Amino acid sequence: MNFDKELDARGLNCPLPILRCKKALNECTSGQVLKVVSTDPGSVKDFAAFAKQTGNELLASSEAGSEYTFFIKKK
Amino acid sequence: MDDQKKMAIIATKGTLDWAYPPFILASTAAALGYETQIFFTFYGLQMLRKDLSGLKVSPLGNPGMPMKMPFGPKWFRDINWNMPNAIQSLVPGYESLATVLMKQTIKNNGVATIPELRELCQEAEVKFIACQMTVELFGFEHSDFIDGIEFGGAATFFEFAGETDICLYI
Repeated sequence: MNFDKELDARGLNCPLPILRCKKALNECTSGQVLKVVSTDPGSVKDFAAFAKQTGNELLASSEAGSEYTFFIKKK
Repeated sequence: MDDQKKMAIIATKGTLDWAYPPFILASTAAALGYETQIFFTFYGLQMLRKDLSGLKVSPLGNPGMPMKMPFGPKWFRDINWNMPNAIQSLVPGYESLATVLMKQTIKNNGVATIPELRELCQEAEVKFIACQMTVELFGFEHSDFIDGIEFGGAATFFEFAGETDICLYI
């Protein structure tokens, strides 16, 4: 999937992946896609909840080994 | 913006472990778009001090706290060092040792430090209010605390808390 910006949140635990994601989205313009890679198993539900509550669209969420990848489109 | 969600927290604990819930929830709420305020009262004032190195965790009288070593081989790290309260209270420096081990465990797990989380809250414009009555009660000076906070009383808290969607006592 195409993306405009990438955030490496590997090794970070709750709530840092979400906080860094929010910060990275602040630097994006509307419609841009942010890719986030995390190793926190809790982030799967957290990113879905973050997207739902903030209105930024979670385009894709996938898991490979112990890494979780999210594509979020800025509102 | 009138339809913005709001959250208020009363933070009353002054230990390293209990400093986490208010700062984690407040920073996350801010990231989710909540207007957020934390009212620090009694021991919670410790979390607003310029120097946070005094925040400690005490396993004494806390049967819920696992005491595990943050280093060494797995079998060693898996041991729960269940020390009797009598020993914990008699051994000098037990609390400081537990705090050092806890900070290492926090680091090993990629969990943010308290100074880091507090800064993230401030960056996200979480409003900090120190309870003026307990500031005086405990003999603190305003200069003991970080910049950018407000001092107020219960009525100040209610002014915001009455309008919130979520209100927590920690």
